[in-house]
Amino acid sequence: MLAAVLSGFILAAFAPWLTARLGGRVGWLFALLPAAIFAWLAGYIPAIAAGESFYFYHAWIPGLDINLSFLLDGLSLLFGLLISGIGTFILIYAGKYLDGDRDQGRFFLFLLAFMASMLGLVFSSNLIALFVFWELTSVTSYMLIGFHHEDEKSRKSAQQGLFVTVGGGLALMAGLIALAVAGGSYELVELLESSEIIQEHALYLPLLLLILAGTFTKSAQAPFHFWLPNAMAAPTPVSAYLHSATMVKAGVYLMARLHPALGGTETWMLVLGLFGAVTMFTGSFLALRSSGIKSVLAYSTVMALGTLTMLIGVGSETAIAAAVTFLLAHSLYKGALFMTAGIITHETGHKDFRYLGGLRREMPRTTIVAVIAALSLAGILPLFGFIAKELMFEAVLGASTMGSLLTLLALASGMMTVAVAAVVGLRPWFGPRRETKITPHDPPLALLLGPAILALAGLVLGLAPFLAEYGILSAAALAVNGSGIELKLALWHGLNLPLAMSAVSLTVGLLLFWRWERVQQTLAGWSLVDRLGPERLYEKAMDALVVIAEWQTRLLQNGYLRYYILTTVLSMLALLGYVIWTRYPIWPSPDLAGISVHTLVIAAVIILAALVAVSTHSRLGAVATLGAVGFGVALMYVLFSAPDVGITQVLVETLTVILLVLVLFRLPGFLDLTETGTRWRDAIVAILFGGTLTTLLLMASEVQFFPSISEYFIEHSYVTAHGRNIVNVILVDFRALDTLGEIFVLALAAVGVYAMLKLRAEDRPS
Amino acid sequence: MRMASSLILRSAGHFLLPLLLIFSLFLLLRGHNEPGGGFIAGLVAAAAISLYLFSMDIHAARKALWLDPRDLIGGGLMLAVLSGVPAIFQGKAFFSSLWWPLELPLLGTIKLSTPLFFDIGVYLVVVGVVLTIVLNLAEAEDNP
Repeated sequence: MLAAVLSGFILAAFAPWLTARLGGRVGWLFALLPAAIFAWLAGYIPAIAAGESFYFYHAWIPGLDINLSFLLDGLSLLFGLLISGIGTFILIYAGKYLDGDRDQGRFFLFLLAFMASMLGLVFSSNLIALFVFWELTSVTSYMLIGFHHEDEKSRKSAQQGLFVTVGGGLALMAGLIALAVAGGSYELVELLESSEIIQEHALYLPLLLLILAGTFTKSAQAPFHFWLPNAMAAPTPVSAYLHSATMVKAGVYLMARLHPALGGTETWMLVLGLFGAVTMFTGSFLALRSSGIKSVLAYSTVMALGTLTMLIGVGSETAIAAAVTFLLAHSLYKGALFMTAGIITHETGHKDFRYLGGLRREMPRTTIVAVIAALSLAGILPLFGFIAKELMFEAVLGASTMGSLLTLLALASGMMTVAVAAVVGLRPWFGPRRETKITPHDPPLALLLGPAILALAGLVLGLAPFLAEYGILSAAALAVNGSGIELKLALWHGLNLPLAMSAVSLTVGLLLFWRWERVQQTLAGWSLVDRLGPERLYEKAMDALVVIAEWQTRLLQNGYLRYYILTTVLSMLALLGYVIWTRYPIWPSPDLAGISVHTLVIAAVIILAALVAVSTHSRLGAVATLGAVGFGVALMYVLFSAPDVGITQVLVETLTVILLVLVLFRLPGFLDLTETGTRWRDAIVAILFGGTLTTLLLMASEVQFFPSISEYFIEHSYVTAHGRNIVNVILVDFRALDTLGEIFVLALAAVGVYAMLKLRAEDRPS
Repeated sequence: MRMASSLILRSAGHFLLPLLLIFSLFLLLRGHNEPGGGFIAGLVAAAAISLYLFSMDIHAARKALWLDPRDLIGGGLMLAVLSGVPAIFQGKAFFSSLWWPLELPLLGTIKLSTPLFFDIGVYLVVVGVVLTIVLNLAEAEDNP
């Protein structure tokens, strides 16, 4: 299992090199990996269909309960098969589609890495691992949307997708941790068993809303749906794979996955049902309003995601059955449609349905594929999409909350979906031939193979639905529902209400298609949709973010060292002072009796030198007196038997003097630039800060919350670490990791100084 | 930075450089049992080169250092990180210390250990950091 998930990352690392060697044909080679994973997963089908599930465990950071544990049951197997199966065809397709692109290697790198992350996401049983893979899919998606990075629109869309999904990801992380707290485990396998504990926990509502914020943004639910059509700036294989068949379904996956643990409550039904239904309606409406090939498909994906969310929200047995069926049907036809959309653009040079028509003579095979897939989208006999749609109607009719509202929205979006399907499946191919930029013809095998097989699968499963039902869907429904469900998938359910709804939506949909151009014009006139859409809100928020960032940068990063120090000292003063004042009101009473005379003398010298340093008008004098302070402190260390620290202090003082000598000559003559008031302010801040730290130290030496760790170090220094110098043993052995961090900080400081000096040298005109 | 005018300083710098460098190595190696260690030894070595810089000039200092201080930083960090790795192969946590006592003729027992390599890494980083700053400041001084 680990190999299946991680092999994609390993292959991704070699992808640019292999692509540079082999060119576009490398797609066939890369496709072997997902094909092998598909075959391996398919081997589990009989056992999973019999109701078994498998658990794989690999320790990662067991101390923190973070492990690479994987759960293979009906739901994850269904997703795994879709990801690897569609991935196989996408890789072949991309090899041809981007053949000759100079960045094709990079493309394969991210696509393979995405595939691996997605597999990790759906198989992970550990919440943290799941989240890591979740974020990896966001990041790889960002790279893929922004693939044409020289194009500004691409970059903006990529950024938008990233902001929306990663913003939701943050909420998801908080939600998953809260879930782990409420359920008492980071393992999904255990959480799924403890739904009662979780649902009665005080954190249930916050954690549910946080998790849903993550899944809704990822799965483009309204009002976050706007990033998905923009993500179509990505190359078509990416749109087909990430933004229709797999990644956007990650949110749906997580909701389905957590359904046994979180689902079934009033809140769950209300939130998911409402958001899902509204998204479904919005998606199909906007799909009807668009005319760009990919944006029509993107909005119809939004519609599908809304439908799935709604069905999971309704949560009845029929709804769950409908959800898993719809999921499979949608992945098959939408993957096929996106790939044919890519073929159309590739062959004709057009990206808009308005300029396409009558292509069936030039591209007969593509036409057949597109028509079959579009029939499934419309939900027409005998395609698999029909079964899914019938079940969906049946589920909303039987919904226990908001039944009539959901039915109404489902019917309306059903009508519009039929019209959209007709636009996709009929308009480019039939009717009058419109002139195209390039003379089109059927594409080569690599491009047509994927869509053809996916579309055919939709047809085969429609004719023989028991294949899907007993193969995988029953097991998936079992995983989502928590207990077994009879799916009863069949093409013919008799004359009933769902069939009547189908008939109505088909009729109205075809009417809408008949007058498509008129409908387009009317809807385009509704500019309110654009002005009030959430995308405007997003843009406003981004603008505000930039303004706030500028303002706070000017305020905090003003470039004056004195203000940085002042800010740092004041914040620390406030925090420390607050804690000392409110929590420990006992004033420390240090015992001064045991202090020897020479200690007092040294202390007096230090204080005197410090006073001279702040009041002198000579730079050299200030350096010398500061040195005196430092050496005095070093003497103190030696007196209190810490020779190592003392030596270090002396050396640091020496080097400080050397550094100051190097820059002292460069400085202009001494000037009093500050006003008296400013200096008084600084003096007060300094005295307060010094006083607070002194109080803190005195308190720390009086109060002992924990037994001191020094005893341990003294005891073990020679026995286990073979060293008598405890300071050094701590530095290089007991706490070597801290030291490592410190030397990295040192190195960074050196890099900073180096960069500053060199950049200044370049700025100067020679 | 021009060559120092004082003959005494120049001669002293010449003689003190090797002595101080050897002293820094002495501090480095004895650090596990007596006061010393990579950090202190690194500061001493950096101070030694700085003294040489003042008594001679920047070219002489760079030559005496023999390596670019920036490489010392990188090498030191690398050594420090790598010193934690062997423990992993013995199934222990990263940075667990390993000891290999060696019996050498004439010299007696020498205890090689991963903390020693780690300390050498610290030493190199400290020398590299201080000298990167000092030498570049001195160069900026030379070409205003």
